[in-house]
Amino acid sequence: MRLSPKQSTLLVLAVLMIASPFFFPSNYYYRVGSLVFVNSIAVVGIVILTGYAGQISLGHAGFLGIGGYACALLPAHFGLPPALAVVAGAALSGAIAYVVGRPILKLKGYYLAVATLGFGVLVSMVLANEGWLTGGPDGIKVPDPGLRALLEQVGIELTNPQFWYAFCGLVLFIGAWLALNLRESPTGRALRALHGSEVAARTAGIDVAKAKLNAFVISAVYASVAGSLLALQNRLITPDVAGFMHSIELVTMAVLGGAGSVLGGIFGAALLTLLPQVLTVLQDYEHVVLGLVMMLVMIFLPAGLIPSARRLLRGRGE
Amino acid sequence: MSLLQVEGLGISFGGVTAVNDVSFGLETGKIVSVIGPNGAGKTTLFNMISGVYLPKSGRVRLDGEDVTGLRPDLLAVRGMSRTFQNLQIFHEMSVLENVIVGFHMHERGPVLADLFGLPGSRRRARAAAEGARVLLERVGLERAAEREAGALSYGALKRLEIARALAARPRVLLLDEPAAGCNAVETEEIDRLICEVAKTGVAILLVEHDMKLVMRLSDTIVVLDHGEKIAEGDPALVSRDPKVIEAYLGAGTTEALHAHG
Ligand SMILES: Nc1ncnc2c1ncn2[C@@H]1O[C@H](COP(=O)(O)OP(=O)(O)OP(=O)(O)O)[C@@H](O)[C@H]1O
Ligand SMILES: [Mg+2]
Repeated sequence: MRLSPKQSTLLVLAVLMIASPFFFPSNYYYRVGSLVFVNSIAVVGIVILTGYAGQISLGHAGFLGIGGYACALLPAHFGLPPALAVVAGAALSGAIAYVVGRPILKLKGYYLAVATLGFGVLVSMVLANEGWLTGGPDGIKVPDPGLRALLEQVGIELTNPQFWYAFCGLVLFIGAWLALNLRESPTGRALRALHGSEVAARTAGIDVAKAKLNAFVISAVYASVAGSLLALQNRLITPDVAGFMHSIELVTMAVLGGAGSVLGGIFGAALLTLLPQVLTVLQDYEHVVLGLVMMLVMIFLPAGLIPSARRLLRGRGE
Repeated sequence: MSLLQVEGLGISFGGVTAVNDVSFGLETGKIVSVIGPNGAGKTTLFNMISGVYLPKSGRVRLDGEDVTGLRPDLLAVRGMSRTFQNLQIFHEMSVLENVIVGFHMHERGPVLADLFGLPGSRRRARAAAEGARVLLERVGLERAAEREAGALSYGALKRLEIARALAARPRVLLLDEPAAGCNAVETEEIDRLICEVAKTGVAILLVEHDMKLVMRLSDTIVVLDHGEKIAEGDPALVSRDPKVIEAYLGAGTTEALHAHG
């Protein structure tokens, strides 16, 4: 039986997630793994916004910040359980994306890039400057969601890094599944259509403004959940997560891996999360090599890692 | 009252008038062609009717309703569909998917149902895919269904656009040079297709440089020159009109015009 692209992507993902720990020399690698997953979740959101719909955002880390701080502030001020704060943060991010997206998604290309960039900067400034609420540049503590303790009660004992590896992996898997569902659905097809030709999409009856807003809100929710998971596992959140550099990183991950592909986005996230860890042995030259790798990938695999690899494989098969 | 009524439509770009005071009507099941030399304003007229450009003056009425400057997607909902002279293809999609997009108004549903891949969402997508295959067959592209659209020839893409436009089940169909770049066989097929579509009760507005095609298909011809309507009538009448012949003399298409006779 032939697998559909959706099934094969999910299969590859599941196998990698389950098999990788067998090669982990120490507990520390679970921590790195869960970091890959968290970044991947945000990047899958970018894949929907940029890869499917062709809209750029240089401010999506702002939504990571909102999701992250929701897990610190909502439990502290409203007594919300941290796990529910993830959901509340996602709803808040979605609502903010809706309000912000309506005016700025009318913009195109670099105008949109600058407007979203402004949004990201705004969020990180508020988080850094409103110290009375957010703890300022040093960040703020995040409570334990107590999920691991819950698992212990039913007899599943995991170390903290193991738990977060499994949990973030599960959330990523669900996130990838949703994004893949969307891709082949009427809504997702509308996004990819307007990416190809806005005027033809409109002529086919697609409400382009609404479709873009859908993509923006959905991708904001992905980013928010990623931010929440990061905050919960670090037990701390600082304004850096919402920073400009983080937004750029997310877009870079998506483009490097292949912006239109969910698996590509995840590989891009893995590459850019792992490479710096590997390259630390090069010390001063770490960033030089990282930059070089990025440039070489884009020059020789302009469609990104996964789509280029697929094309190569297909070329051989014929 | 005609199904599509164009009244005194005009537009200018940077002070240069591209279309000025053009009026005509289009009935259900009829074919009206707009002809004229290059740069006469035919595509611009299409863009105003289909909501891509906002006209500076005049009205467009669809089934009596004033739809001037309405967004193209809202016009699509009201039954207007079109193809593009300069091809607007979704290059990254398969040929089949290009046509499925044409079904958007019939296959769309709640976003959450699509995200979670609910049965309703998958059923709608499947129905659209089936409909798209039928249409691909109708334009003779069924064997290219799974290919990437960007890989098709120009003539094939022209037919793909027609299939996509038909997917919307339009009442009014605007075709901007559907036979451009097509060989004799393909032109023949497009000729037959346009006739068939008109017979099903779709009103067709056609821009085409292939005069043989225009003369054979049209119920009425509207002639534009420098943005102005210089003649209107049935093919026999228009091809004898001295003003039309004069407009075409410069363009050197007189022979083509008389190919009808
Ligand atoms: N967006 C625009 N901005 C400026 N000028 C335009 C624009 N669109 C059309 N024009 C001008 O309007 C005039 C009519 O162009 P149009 O494309 O409608 O001609 P046409 O009759 O379709 O010609 P062809 O047979 O070559 O397709 C031309 O002079 C063109 O340069
Ligand atoms: Mg034209």
